[in-house]
Amino acid sequence: MEIDPFIFRLSIFILSIFIGYFVVWSVTPSLHTPLMSVTNAISSVIIVGAIIASFSFSGEGDISFSNILGFLAVVLAAINIFGGFFVTQRMLQMYKKKEKKKNK
Amino acid sequence: MSANLSSILFLITGVLFILALRGLSSPETSRMGNFFGIAGMVLAIVVSILSVDILFTNLLYFIIALSIGGTIGGIIAFKIPMTAMPQLVAGFHSLVGLAAVLVAVSAYYSPDSFGLGTFQNIKTASIIEMGLGVSIGAITFTGSIIAFMKLQGLMSGSPITFPGQHYLNAILGTLILGLIIYLIANQSSQIFWILIIASLLIGFLIIIPIGGADMPVVISMLNSYSGWAAAGIGFTLENTALIITGALVGSSGAILSYIMCKGMNRSFLNVILGGFGTDSHSNESNKKGEQKPVKSGNAEDASFLMKNASSVIIVPGYGMAVAQAQHALREMVDKLKKNDVKVSYAIHPVAGRMPGHMNVLLAEANVPYDEVFELDDINNDFANTDVAFVIGANDVTNPVAKTDPKSPIFGMPVLDVEKCKSVLFVKRGMSPGYAGVDNELFYRDNTLMLFADAKKMTEDIVKNLD
Repeated sequence: MEIDPFIFRLSIFILSIFIGYFVVWSVTPSLHTPLMSVTNAISSVIIVGAIIASFSFSGEGDISFSNILGFLAVVLAAINIFGGFFVTQRMLQMYKKKEKKKNK
Repeated sequence: MSANLSSILFLITGVLFILALRGLSSPETSRMGNFFGIAGMVLAIVVSILSVDILFTNLLYFIIALSIGGTIGGIIAFKIPMTAMPQLVAGFHSLVGLAAVLVAVSAYYSPDSFGLGTFQNIKTASIIEMGLGVSIGAITFTGSIIAFMKLQGLMSGSPITFPGQHYLNAILGTLILGLIIYLIANQSSQIFWILIIASLLIGFLIIIPIGGADMPVVISMLNSYSGWAAAGIGFTLENTALIITGALVGSSGAILSYIMCKGMNRSFLNVILGGFGTDSHSNESNKKGEQKPVKSGNAEDASFLMKNASSVIIVPGYGMAVAQAQHALREMVDKLKKNDVKVSYAIHPVAGRMPGHMNVLLAEANVPYDEVFELDDINNDFANTDVAFVIGANDVTNPVAKTDPKSPIFGMPVLDVEKCKSVLFVKRGMSPGYAGVDNELFYRDNTLMLFADAKKMTEDIVKNLD
């Protein structure tokens, strides 16, 4: 009997929860705020769905309802991606300055 | 691009995201981690574009959409003050939630573009996942908006409760499950929209009864929800990158919620049911306390005490951040260090408005991260320390959490500042903290109250240290 591809995806999902569990416990508490902003940024990988939606064909080549929703979703995801990674970088940069000062 | 190749590349995206989180295990590797995250995201976007049939006009619109979003996001990220991080993150969560809803609606109306079947004849597995994804997305959206408004002060931070609230939520929750089942059976668009509206409503209803002090838990919880929403959409679109990311973010948010709950010694359910900080018994203890004598001092006394100490532990709280006193505080610490005073910082898990918030605020003021300690690492040191300088914190130092089983904060881990030879409290007045509990430390012989704005007091102390 053939295995439903859904089972493979479910396996990936369950194993990823465990990876997430162990990786996140090893995050130092002082970086919990950057952790939240970076997880927020990566969850915007939902943009892949938005891309499919914004490029979907309506048949006649017109912009369809799904396309419009797709474009809106791209805007929202892009705010998150740029905002999330940028603000994380800004925070992590603050943890860097002090290292330099200490070395002097 | 072949489906197999794109799947492999999406898997790589997932791996890069795992490395991004892994990097955060220490400040040294964290920037590399962020770079992995960005690389993963770029890869995911490029692969998705290459795997769809490109229509030129749509590509143009896509680039415009990406630039608009990117510009807005970039400007916000550049301008946002670090004190406002909690509301920024809450706001960002709402966007992930809304994006999940939009993608799901789009997939519902054009399932053929997503390879899920035809309109109202979507594969059963996909419609289940779509129903779950859209529902969690909608809950994340409205819930995060309420959290954002509470944190931004656009809405009162006090819990909003009404009779029958829990019953209403239970009914709505059951209704949502019923709607998903019904949606699987007939795929009607009315049911789909009712499901979205019911989910939006419950997202709003579950956050309004939660008080301002519990916001760290709420943000972490919504972080987790946004992950599960992404995973739900990932299952619908059969996309590995989304499934992995959703699982990572979902478990990350769940762990942070757990850490925050533990920091307040409260069960998750207790936080969700809400209404904290309005208990009547806490008011009684206030009235009792106000007649007791309090020793209050000025900046001169404080600087004298600290200058002559051999060790000082600073206990910052959210009040310090509100007063923007962190830079003045660091100046004070620099002066003390010149006087050969050993200074360290003690951070309670729930100091600030989100996990790790206080660490970022201190980092912004150039406080070296190796001088900043978590509760478990520093709590034994208070007994050998001369002065505890508590600035803008209150409940997290209250010994009543260890002694009085009737207190609402009983059992919460607290910083043992009372074990120091003397305790300095910088506070605006005698008002109790968020939990509404009086702090008996204020009336102790070895406590000196410094009634002033945190920033002004710290600056005055700096002047006196010269």
